[in-house]
Amino acid sequence: MSKGRFGIHGGQYIPETLMNAVNDLEKEYNFYKNDEQFNKELTALYNEYAGRPSLLYYAEKMTNDLGGAKIYLKREDLNHTGSHKVNNALGQALLAKKMGKKRLIAETGAGQHGVATATVAALMGMECEIFMGKVDTERQALNVYRMELLGAKVHPVTSGTMTLKDAVNETFREWVSRIDDTHYVLGSVMGPHPFPTMVRDFQAVISKEIKSQILEKEGRLPDAVIACVGGGSNAIGAFYHFIDDKDVRLIGCEAAGRGVDTPENAATMANGRLGIFHGMKSYFCQDEFGQIAPVYSISAGLDYPGIGPEHAGLKDAGRAEYVPITDDEAVNAFEYLSRTEGIIPAIESSHAIAYALKLAPTLPKDKIIVINISGRGDKDVAAIARYRGVDIHD
Amino acid sequence: MTKLGKAFENKKAFIAFITAGDPDLETTEKLIYEMVNNGVDLIEIGIPFSDPIAEGVVIQEADLRALENGATTEKIFDLVAKIRPNIDIPLVFMTYCNVIFGYGTEKFTSKCEEIGIDGLIVPDVPYEEKDELLPFCQKHHLELVSLVAPTSKDRITEIAKNADGFLYIVSSLGVTGVRSEIKTDIGEIVKAAKSASDIPCAVGFGISTPEQAEKMCSQADGIIIGSAIVRIIAKYGKDSVKPVGEYVRSIAEVCHKV
Repeated sequence: MSKGRFGIHGGQYIPETLMNAVNDLEKEYNFYKNDEQFNKELTALYNEYAGRPSLLYYAEKMTNDLGGAKIYLKREDLNHTGSHKVNNALGQALLAKKMGKKRLIAETGAGQHGVATATVAALMGMECEIFMGKVDTERQALNVYRMELLGAKVHPVTSGTMTLKDAVNETFREWVSRIDDTHYVLGSVMGPHPFPTMVRDFQAVISKEIKSQILEKEGRLPDAVIACVGGGSNAIGAFYHFIDDKDVRLIGCEAAGRGVDTPENAATMANGRLGIFHGMKSYFCQDEFGQIAPVYSISAGLDYPGIGPEHAGLKDAGRAEYVPITDDEAVNAFEYLSRTEGIIPAIESSHAIAYALKLAPTLPKDKIIVINISGRGDKDVAAIARYRGVDIHD
Repeated sequence: MTKLGKAFENKKAFIAFITAGDPDLETTEKLIYEMVNNGVDLIEIGIPFSDPIAEGVVIQEADLRALENGATTEKIFDLVAKIRPNIDIPLVFMTYCNVIFGYGTEKFTSKCEEIGIDGLIVPDVPYEEKDELLPFCQKHHLELVSLVAPTSKDRITEIAKNADGFLYIVSSLGVTGVRSEIKTDIGEIVKAAKSASDIPCAVGFGISTPEQAEKMCSQADGIIIGSAIVRIIAKYGKDSVKPVGEYVRSIAEVCHKV
């Protein structure tokens, strides 16, 4: 079995042209991850620039309203740039800089990773180009303008379904064309090794903080950690330091779109099967001939036909559970958290909240749930209004 | 002599690529015969994939056309089974890993053997991952073609040493597609490969003109042309048989003179 495996998943299924690039990246990452200076600089960026540690907030009103388990929200939405994506973007950009790269390229779905990458590129004085499905540039127009404000060039991708998977295709194609001075800041725990491991390490700060924060507040570990999954970076970040704590349930919420039984969903764990795509062996939505299926979700960030290989491994091992959440459930949760706690969550994160709304009332009051609020919802307000039939002229 | 090695016997090899099912399978059948009759030495039959990450726009669009027009792996197998008895030159499939894996690697490779396919080219399975396919290819007597790129450097000798059929030299960085100029020192890559193995080396990516074909043939054992042919098919559709024939003849003449 080749490198970067999680059970049978993972690997490096990429064109030969990129092999030396990922091998170099692996070598440099393995050096810098243990380098004191690198870690000092990264921690300073996390704390002084991105606003870490993010709060672990006790959602008292929500807890009382649901009448079951005690609910905490991990506030990744409060990070600079408004989502967990900045954790990974800072880590990779710092590494790329140490490697002497001058230019960052990245894919983005909802635009959160694109914004995070454009932000750190501005900070570090690097060139930045973002690839985004044309459909997503339309439903997340605000983020496109935001990236341009930050000095990035945004390329609308018109191939295939014009969403996240096509943006990933196009970013790989760009990377193959220009490797020497360019680093591909992959936005999730996917792609060829070392990306799934490296991105997970940069995001693992989330669960590291949750653990110490909950121990301080409650004196014990939570009973469940809930996060949304597309590629799965915020979820793996929220799960990672609990994987060995077998009593903590790890629950990933994937996008069921208009329903897992309809053709319009992105529920990889529910409907996908084992495949090899985007550099990795994992689960993918595909047809009987291995053609990648067009997927759909109201959330541009979860609108992806695969899932990171470590999640596939956690599922196989029975360590994590994955549940489908429909558009309707997510939109209801979006509105619920806004009204109940005065926190407008990203539509992606709303998938995790939606599951908590089902789970919490079934649990006794002495149980504790942590929901990872991976991002804030400002970017989604116009889309939610449209979903509700309200025209707000955005 | 390997099965694919036959294409390089006593001459420079001209390897041609087309996407099966573009614009439809009937035309693909005619195109294959036409290319054989006009001097092609080996044909790469592309099984279209929804997300071909190593391809430029020309072949991406061909894949899309083929899939939209109903081409499936099963129908392409049927086409090859039908034409194989009439064709003497080696035939390989070029496709992406998930097309094989999603069909079932054992089932796919056994079917290839049954219908007379001689090898596979799978651009998203690098040397490190070849065990995904190699045991199945060996069992079913398929030659799994290895690729080297301008970035391969110290990897070339190791890859060449273990390569089967022929070595596919990717001429340039980037995806497939016509290029006005090939800047890579192909001679250097061939030299590195030949120091490790006597495997034939064919150059692909970016070649379209007879001049480029001649130049590349003088530095390697053969050339591969895809996008330039697919572009003609995109332009003429069902009427592309004759223009493709004329084009491949012009290239074959140059290659076979070198």
